[in-house]
Amino acid sequence: MRMKKQDSGGWNPYLAGALVGVLAILSAYATTAWLGKTSYLGASTTFVRGAGVIEQQIVPERVQANEYFTQQKIKIDWQFMLVLGIFVGSLIASSTDKSFKLESVPPIWEKRFGPSVGKRAIGAFLGGIVAMIGARMADGCPSGHGLSGMMQLSVSGMVALTMFFVVGIIVAAFIYGRRS
Amino acid sequence: MGTDQILGLATGILFGFLLQKGRVLRFEKQIGAMLLKDMTILKFMLSAIIVGMVGVEVLSSAGIITMSHKPMNVGAILVGGALFGAGWAVMGYCPGTSVGALGEGRWHAIFAIAGMVTGAAIYAELYPFFKRTVLSWADYGKIGMPEALGVSPWVVIVVFICVVLGFFRWFESRGL
Repeated sequence: MRMKKQDSGGWNPYLAGALVGVLAILSAYATTAWLGKTSYLGASTTFVRGAGVIEQQIVPERVQANEYFTQQKIKIDWQFMLVLGIFVGSLIASSTDKSFKLESVPPIWEKRFGPSVGKRAIGAFLGGIVAMIGARMADGCPSGHGLSGMMQLSVSGMVALTMFFVVGIIVAAFIYGRRS
Repeated sequence: MGTDQILGLATGILFGFLLQKGRVLRFEKQIGAMLLKDMTILKFMLSAIIVGMVGVEVLSSAGIITMSHKPMNVGAILVGGALFGAGWAVMGYCPGTSVGALGEGRWHAIFAIAGMVTGAAIYAELYPFFKRTVLSWADYGKIGMPEALGVSPWVVIVVFICVVLGFFRWFESRGL
């Protein structure tokens, strides 16, 4: 209710989430039928491929010799395009309901660390490094483990999602505090 | 573009559209959940999961699709999961939502994306080390909860849905 005033174009999160569930089912079916192999929604492998594509421009021999890049295969595949699609879909949704907003520092961050874009940039960059090392180690992120793993009733998805949130809750309380 | 790329793009556009409409892309929503003040992302994720798990079970038991569990490698999931959680709390985005946040104008997500690409490159360099250490501790393989518990998938699904509905009631009663 509180949100309604500034945010009239948003959908009920239960409804939007349930539709993502339907999308995940259709996507598993479509990838099996058309590509011959069931693919589940995920995002973090694409960052490995992105890093590989960039490194190939600078030090191609290093990419070729790297065991992890070889195993993950550097290519612009289904999931890579899916991640680009998330950008496009969000752009369409936000520009058609006027919720698109240029933001350089989010309010919760600003309250704790001030309006400096530099500080936010460093925080987001370092947080990104740590999170992605973790996601690659765990072999998935909240999409791959959280959504897709849980939908398949995977043990790894259940434990990973629990770890993400439990550690996230502890670290967030430590950084941003529990004060309102 | 090949069929796989077109299909991926189309799926991604729908996924991004729904993520944005559910308002789960924002830093405030992700950190709000970790601060236990705004459960929008949990409502969204758990709704997707309970709908998805029914469809995936129906299609896979009919032999139409195949499951692909990620391995329950103990060190990988516990240490990797903890690192991810810590980084997530600072960054305020996960890999999928960072790209979506950029799409709705939250351009500071670009620093998170740059950090994650860098993190992926670092992981690739350190992979041989992790393989000898964290990844070699214990691996239970690609297992599902029904096999692990020795029960029918439908038992897990029904229990899970009941627990989730309980959470939803609690979120709503507390105005989260």
